Amino acid sequence: MRKILISCLFVFGFALFLNAQDHSHDHHNHDHHNHDHHDHNHDHAHKDDHSSHGGCGHHEVDPATWDPAPTAFHHISDANVFSIGPFSIPLPCILYAPDHGLSMFMSSKFDFDWNAHEGTGHKAIDRYVLDLGVVRRIKDNSFPMGEIKIDGITHKKENDVTVGYVCYGGNKYQIEDQSTIDGGVFGGGMTSFYDFSISKNVISMFLMVLFLFWLFRSVANTYKKRRGMAPTGKQSLVEAIFVFIQDEVAKPFLGHKWEKFTPFLMALFFFILALNLFGQIPFLGGSNATGNLALTLVLAVITFFVVNLNGNKHYWQHIFNFPDVPAPVKAILTPIEILGVFIKPLTLMLRLFANITAGHIVIIIFISLIFMFSEFGRNMGIGVGAAAGSVFLTLFMMAIELLVAFIQAFVFTILTASYIGAATEEAHH
Amino acid sequence: MTGSIAAIGMGIAVIGAGIGIGNVGAKAMEAISRQPEAVGDIRSNMILIAGLIEGAAIIAIVLSFLAR
Repeated sequence: MRKILISCLFVFGFALFLNAQDHSHDHHNHDHHNHDHHDHNHDHAHKDDHSSHGGCGHHEVDPATWDPAPTAFHHISDANVFSIGPFSIPLPCILYAPDHGLSMFMSSKFDFDWNAHEGTGHKAIDRYVLDLGVVRRIKDNSFPMGEIKIDGITHKKENDVTVGYVCYGGNKYQIEDQSTIDGGVFGGGMTSFYDFSISKNVISMFLMVLFLFWLFRSVANTYKKRRGMAPTGKQSLVEAIFVFIQDEVAKPFLGHKWEKFTPFLMALFFFILALNLFGQIPFLGGSNATGNLALTLVLAVITFFVVNLNGNKHYWQHIFNFPDVPAPVKAILTPIEILGVFIKPLTLMLRLFANITAGHIVIIIFISLIFMFSEFGRNMGIGVGAAAGSVFLTLFMMAIELLVAFIQAFVFTILTASYIGAATEEAHH
Repeated sequence: MTGSIAAIGMGIAVIGAGIGIGNVGAKAMEAISRQPEAVGDIRSNMILIAGLIEGAAIIAIVLSFLAR
């Protein structure tokens, strides 16, 4: 027991240490960055007198109208570059456009600055461009194919929607996002291309799957070797969590069938937990995999199938023909029950997404406060004060987020278990 | 000042969920103090109910996005 406590304390302390480290670094980088920006702006302001840039290039940040929302969305969204600290690592792009076919290349081909965090490409490849780390495509068919050097990418707010434009040869070409199946609910929709890339989230998923495989393989081997002995090392941490889920989630909710569904519940719990915690590690890409609707959608769809394929006669009877209920009530009850079948996985999907994304956004907004108060480095005194307050708030939020990472993984698992339990329950009336 | 009235709806939905989860937590604390030996059962059921209430709030938030 003492060992478990010590391991937990160690993990917590290590995470806090990492967080603290990130903040000191973060400020440094951003401050540095801001200076760069400032100098650039000066250069451009001079050049603009002589030659036109077609409206592209760096713009001076106006502290009065600066909106932290795009910065926050840039940080929580998936990307085609993996940024570790101030450096960007290229990732493979697998893109499909119906009018062009399949294109596969590394995102380094976009010629982004490897030592800049944003990852904005200087080249267009077959009309694809890299805009703030995300692959987008130029809508206009008159734009030449192949590798083209572009003058820059600019963003403009039109009717409350930010639209990106590529500047090339004095003209501006509108760019669009990849196709999503949300039908416009979250600002997406069908566009001219599909993105199947090994993106930042996919890489972090692979890493976590490999890590969990290694962890559980080695723990399983230790169990074989040290049969009947007290747990040691990694076993102490894994066994505590594993037994907790088994005793608190699987057994009470699933009755005597708990052994059949325990592997699924464990896979869900540890996968979500690992991705939640990996997303918490600052400076390591800051991947927001469990805060991505596509990933939570897949998890929820798997849960949907597991629940409904294992549903017994009583489960379906309670949906379509509730026993011992008068017919008029049935007319109301049946549609509600049918809706409930779909609402259950839908809320699973949205709950995980909303909780993780909200936590990440709050942290970014707290960091943004420094830049808002200091007016982007123009007012260093207030900036230092704001930084002190912001670091405190962010550390507090990070600690809460560690808690949320565990709670949301637990809630997803316990709700899945209760849905499976309700679907497989034998009648006792 | 610009904004969407859906944001107000979102806030109202969150107030409702906050009251609901607050009640769940308060009653769970009472139950634990009354029967400390049942703390495990009470805790997991508390989280389950809180999750279900949160589901209603999340649906309201998404609908307020949709109605934007």
